[in-house]
Amino acid sequence: MADASKAAPTLSFRESAAEALADQDLQRALLNVKRGFIAKRAKARDKLPEFAQLRDEAKAIKDHTLAHLDLYLDAYERKVIESGGKVHYAPTATDARDIVLRLCRDAGARLVTKGKSMVSEEIGLDDHLEAAGIEVAETDLGEHILQIRGDRPSHIIAPVIHLNKETIAADFTRAHKGLPPDRPLGTVPDLVAEARAVLREKFLGADVGITGANLLIAETGSSVIVTNEGNGDLTETLPVTHIVLASIEKLVPTLEDAATVLRLLARSATGQEITTYTTFATGPARVGDPDGPRAYHVVLLDNGRSAMLGSEFHDMLRCIRCGACLNHCPIYGAIGGHAYGSVYPGPMGAVLTPALYGIDQARDLPNASSFCGRCEEVCPMAIPLPALMRKWRERDFDRGNPPFQQRLALKGWAFLAKRPRLYHALSGLVMPALARLAGGDGRFRHFPLAGAWTGTRDLPAPEGETFQARYRKGHAKP
Amino acid sequence: MTEKRAGTPTSPHVALFVTCLVNLFRPSVGFAALKLLQDAGARVEVPLEQTCCGQPAYNSGDRTDAIAIARQVVETFERFDYVVAPSGSCAGMIKRHYPELLSDDPALASRAKALAAKTYELTSFLVEVLGVIGVDAQFPATVTYHDSCSSLRELNISDAPRRLLAGVDGLTLKEMDEREVCCGFGGAFAVKYPEISTTMAEAKIRNIAASGATCVLAADLGCLLHLAGRLSRDGSPITCRHVAEVLAGMTETPALGQPQKPE
Repeated sequence: MADASKAAPTLSFRESAAEALADQDLQRALLNVKRGFIAKRAKARDKLPEFAQLRDEAKAIKDHTLAHLDLYLDAYERKVIESGGKVHYAPTATDARDIVLRLCRDAGARLVTKGKSMVSEEIGLDDHLEAAGIEVAETDLGEHILQIRGDRPSHIIAPVIHLNKETIAADFTRAHKGLPPDRPLGTVPDLVAEARAVLREKFLGADVGITGANLLIAETGSSVIVTNEGNGDLTETLPVTHIVLASIEKLVPTLEDAATVLRLLARSATGQEITTYTTFATGPARVGDPDGPRAYHVVLLDNGRSAMLGSEFHDMLRCIRCGACLNHCPIYGAIGGHAYGSVYPGPMGAVLTPALYGIDQARDLPNASSFCGRCEEVCPMAIPLPALMRKWRERDFDRGNPPFQQRLALKGWAFLAKRPRLYHALSGLVMPALARLAGGDGRFRHFPLAGAWTGTRDLPAPEGETFQARYRKGHAKP
Repeated sequence: MTEKRAGTPTSPHVALFVTCLVNLFRPSVGFAALKLLQDAGARVEVPLEQTCCGQPAYNSGDRTDAIAIARQVVETFERFDYVVAPSGSCAGMIKRHYPELLSDDPALASRAKALAAKTYELTSFLVEVLGVIGVDAQFPATVTYHDSCSSLRELNISDAPRRLLAGVDGLTLKEMDEREVCCGFGGAFAVKYPEISTTMAEAKIRNIAASGATCVLAADLGCLLHLAGRLSRDGSPITCRHVAEVLAGMTETPALGQPQKPE
């Protein structure tokens, strides 16, 4: 099990979901997921006839890499060292935080810039560095907004999808000191221009730049990031030290393999053919390079992932964090990302979060799915997300976690389902009685012990006799 | 029973998997399915040993009971040429999930695979296996068709019900937006997370209403009970019926959750 000291789900899913459903601003913001991402991905996929074939190829690449992960990690590390960098293995979140802090201290860092990194969110890195007296500046626009709000990301690629621009303008007015309070912040370009000016100071003053990695390439020892803002490039190249923080499953064997995955990633995530910036970093600046860091470190995080290798949840390690499953999930679309109480929300989070923090900590996540299957349909890595969620439900059930009433109802039903004679005898008595109880009304507005249904819906009444009873009596027709 | 239009001994021998919701809540769907199959020339039998496909247990993590129920279904139904269910969800359970569920026992696993190969959802069976091209029914109404997630994504069915509906006299089909989105039923999900489930129903109902339809048809009673329950709670005049009732011309029974007699 992973280190759960930081960032483990803390809120009750049910309470958070209820709040989310009642939050009108959030509901309005969530419409952007539907209107934006889904249509854009569909268009990008339709323009690429070989999309399905590419998906098979990418899946095969990841499956192969995971089957030989130890070999590729060794090969990758050798290449990083060859190019003048260092690799640090972090078994847990605590280890990763400590390693990054030590590297920052060794570099004499007072100010650290950061590109967007979900692994950094996973290990709670910002708080750890700030507590040690190091200033951290998030440079991705969304992450910058979250940082000045003290907020958390609600989507793995669109961290502020839960906010609207009016809220963000108010945050900027409050947090960006020394600017005229009545400056215009009404449009998105206004907000971007101001963030750019504020962040420029940070880029120029930073001692260490920390980025995540969308991919690590064993063949070359490179780390790859994809961004649309260019902030990642400035974070990687301007400071004296560049630290890459990535989890072990980001590895692919070759540059060619990386290209295959990248073609799927941007299309699945934002519907772009390729992101505005796709940046490969290989070691520190070489002699004669006009710019680039003097030191290059890679911190490789395990945090429960190697335990997933070869387990029932192995397939989840193929995930490339494109967010397509979130965008197409009707549950995510109804409650947003925060309600999941995890850095990783939506279907991918419902599988990954219990693997990182334990099923007892996150039992609602794999349970809160209608198994509609859209996540699996759109996943560019063909991860069978509903089947994996079901595996968590099985573990949850075996541990006796579901509420007593649910287990009782389920066991009672199964008891009858396994005994056809008793089932037919009992249903033959009960259903006509229920129909009589409903009278001519045809529905129940309330029903004993069925409040979970009738709280928000009427219960259509049964017709009367069961099908089997009527059929056995020889009624060919009603 | 008297089988007026039963097939000849060479006709395919079809077992009707009634499904528990149809058996308990809406027997007329079962009789409509019988009529459609018999009209298309099938010899239909309804085994009494059937109860449920085991999906509630399977999706709730109770694998032991799910396996026991699946084994019982395999034993009951494997002797037929075909197994047909008026539900994409139950057919999908047998077709897509039994082979994995019973994979621990190699002998049973191959029987589960054989059963999966001959199990069908009703509308797709009528069109694809029996070659039905028209039905003898009328339903003068503007309807919309709700694809259940299991029909659509587990079984890849979307044309078959629409092709059959095209032959119903007086019926106009208006497609809704976001056809491929879940209605929020999801079996036990509907009662485990009722607020989320109902929010999803509301979104679906907005699309249904915007289509201009006065009646929603679907091949899965679970979705229909959920949608009918919410429509009725909202006081909406839009009604819900199983597609088999309309295709069989058996619409004397009030729509789901509607009063027995006009008020």
